[in-house]
Amino acid sequence: MTRRQSAIVAVVVALGAFAWLLYGNLDKNIVFFLTPQELLAKGADGYEVPVRLGGQVKPGSVQWDAKTLDLRFVITDGTAEIATRSKGAPPQMFHDGMGVVVEGRYERSGLFQATNLLVKHSNEYRPPKAGEKPQDMYKTLIKGTGS
Amino acid sequence: MIGPFAHDALLIALPILMLGIVLAPVAVRTGRREWIPVVYSTLYTNFLLVSTATVAMIVALVTHDFSVSYVAQVGSRATPLFYTVISLWGALEGSILFWAWVLALYGSVVVWLNRNRPGNLIPYTALALLAVSLFFGILLVGPANPFHPVFPIPADGPGPNPLLQNHILMGVHPPLLYLGYVGMTVPFAFAVGAMLSGEVTGDDWIKLSHRWTLLSWGFLSAAIVAGMWWSYEVLGWGGYWAWDPVENASFLPWLTATAYLHSMVLQERRGMLRLWNVNLVVGTFVLTVLGTFLTRSGIISSVHAFTVGVIGYYFLAFIALVLIGALVMVAGNSDRLRTSGRMDSAASRETVFLLNNLFLTAFMFTVLIGTLFPLIAEAIRGVKVSVGAPFFNRMTLPMVVMLLFLMGVGPALPWRSATAAEMRSKLLPPLVGAFLFCVGALVAGARNFYGVVAFTFVGYAAVANLREYWIGLRARRNAHGEGWATALYRLIRGNQRRYGGYLAHLGLLIAALGIAGSSSFRREREMTMKPGDTLTVAGQTIRLKGVWGREEVQRSVIGATVEVLKNGRVVGVIEPRMNYYPTSDQPVPTPQVRSTIGGDLYLTLMSFDPNGAHATIRAIVQPLVSWIWFGGGVIVLGALIGMLPARRRPDSSLSEPDVVPVRGAVVAETAP
Repeated sequence: MTRRQSAIVAVVVALGAFAWLLYGNLDKNIVFFLTPQELLAKGADGYEVPVRLGGQVKPGSVQWDAKTLDLRFVITDGTAEIATRSKGAPPQMFHDGMGVVVEGRYERSGLFQATNLLVKHSNEYRPPKAGEKPQDMYKTLIKGTGS
Repeated sequence: MIGPFAHDALLIALPILMLGIVLAPVAVRTGRREWIPVVYSTLYTNFLLVSTATVAMIVALVTHDFSVSYVAQVGSRATPLFYTVISLWGALEGSILFWAWVLALYGSVVVWLNRNRPGNLIPYTALALLAVSLFFGILLVGPANPFHPVFPIPADGPGPNPLLQNHILMGVHPPLLYLGYVGMTVPFAFAVGAMLSGEVTGDDWIKLSHRWTLLSWGFLSAAIVAGMWWSYEVLGWGGYWAWDPVENASFLPWLTATAYLHSMVLQERRGMLRLWNVNLVVGTFVLTVLGTFLTRSGIISSVHAFTVGVIGYYFLAFIALVLIGALVMVAGNSDRLRTSGRMDSAASRETVFLLNNLFLTAFMFTVLIGTLFPLIAEAIRGVKVSVGAPFFNRMTLPMVVMLLFLMGVGPALPWRSATAAEMRSKLLPPLVGAFLFCVGALVAGARNFYGVVAFTFVGYAAVANLREYWIGLRARRNAHGEGWATALYRLIRGNQRRYGGYLAHLGLLIAALGIAGSSSFRREREMTMKPGDTLTVAGQTIRLKGVWGREEVQRSVIGATVEVLKNGRVVGVIEPRMNYYPTSDQPVPTPQVRSTIGGDLYLTLMSFDPNGAHATIRAIVQPLVSWIWFGGGVIVLGALIGMLPARRRPDSSLSEPDVVPVRGAVVAETAP
């Protein structure tokens, strides 16, 4: 082989190895964004893989233990629902019916273990509706302790 | 009526830019040199017109002129003046206006400084600058027009996005980023100018653009660090980098620009990599436009993506045009872009520079693919996916470690060929640093493989780079009997690019220490506390004193007062808060950090009881975080030193054989 040919072979081998590494790591670390219905439709493939699950907090399903920081609620998309458990305090505005995205794994026990809880945060500006103004909602604390 | 006036200024700029674009090639081809100043003056005129529009926008913002659409979108009478002024870049249209202004500024200064240079390089460089300016000019009168008249005129506006008016760094990070991003247009324009004029063989474009690249690179480095800092101070999760698409967007051109800063030296000194350098410069520019497309088109949702609109198609079309144009130009210059030098030996600085470029490019492609993959998957297969941080970490950590290693080896190896004795005397001593840092990391409790390896290589590279300073200083002192300060000053002034480079290496190493330290030793706890309760994390104890509320001009604040205890005594107070802005139903968590040189105590108020009976606090203890910000400062200082105008008579009496003072003549030519 000439110098040129061996250089070309080296480049091809390096590129191949790089592409193979990229592919392998991408394959392992892709996180699907699913609704409860889509996750349940995956059947056995849906268990124990990292997933982003999006939906609404089912009204009346929120249970939070402030002592152990154990948060349980049900995520629903209207047709299917999945029980979810998360560690840590819920975001301050966490409430029934709101849109959430949780990151974590769906366990074979049928419980979704969330490692991260994201409240759907809209960046579009919109005027607050009546009674929604945070000033109204936290007047007690502001009056209670003063500044 | 400032809106229509400013809009007219932007409209008038378009035909003027077009005139310059047509006139530049005509003047060169027909040999009418007297027309070339007219071409240059179209750039100056564009600068005046865009400046007029930008000043008009700031006036409209400050005077709360809600008849201007942009002001109606981001303005509010309650917003403090500082945040009102900086909301110039707080949303899509204003940020494009600011972008166009920075571009016009760069273009005018570049052309003005080189206006008397003979040859066709500068007229064609001006042509490239005019073309890019025209693109942004079209955006400003089309899809990103900030001066739409609003009727009826609203009495008040919603104010900026809460996240963007919550921290003073919002006045720092965006302008730095624009200065860095837009500045990358300058080396691109020089490369285009060189290819169009056929002056690529002379390497003049590299010499002329070197300081501009360094300037933009310094701004971009500072912007990335400021963005990390903002994220750390505002977002409340105690981290500073999440491989978020917008972070990646700022990082991609930084990687290629860093590669170019090294590979340009190979072209200047050895006549190598001509074609590669053109590609790197074009690639860097395309990546800045791609980054703008990703962050501004709304294709990914984030705090940077303001609206969903047609502007994305404009960017895609522009990227396609640039790529096709570059391809045609490179093909037309393929003979001239041939390499004239060759490698003498594998044991040389050339090899290290080549490997540096190889790893930086692989790094860039990894981040690029990880960033674009979700878009491709959604477009082709219709599935929504995201690429998890483990992908980026697993793929890039080996490359980071390799780059840290090269950073230590490169400065130690001479150009062309190193003898065995040279290699022993240069490569062995830094092993002391590697050993010390490795042991230090293990003793401190680091057990993750890459963490320990990173510490080890940082130690090696730090000693290697410091040693270059030491060797130079010692030689000067022995030969001239100079004091330390004089010797250091003259050493740097004698070869500022080289010693600026070493300083930038050291800054990067300091930042790497901060990143390795904070990610290896992070401890975190979350607890719901009643007033009087204490919480201990990694040996640091805090006590909740109380929860309070307060009304501020533009927001309501709920905060917790937390005392930091040491041996039962209060040594400090931290007040994490939640800020409520009237336009958003969600609070902006506002963590507070107690920062020392050794580490940070980072508190976030997670939730609170409306009666003040309890609050949930997350406490994060991370060592060495502030080293990242400090390292960023050192990197910028290194870039500044590299940009210093060379002295006219470089003192080369003590230069090592590989220090060729070619810079003097060249830089003097571009100096004002």
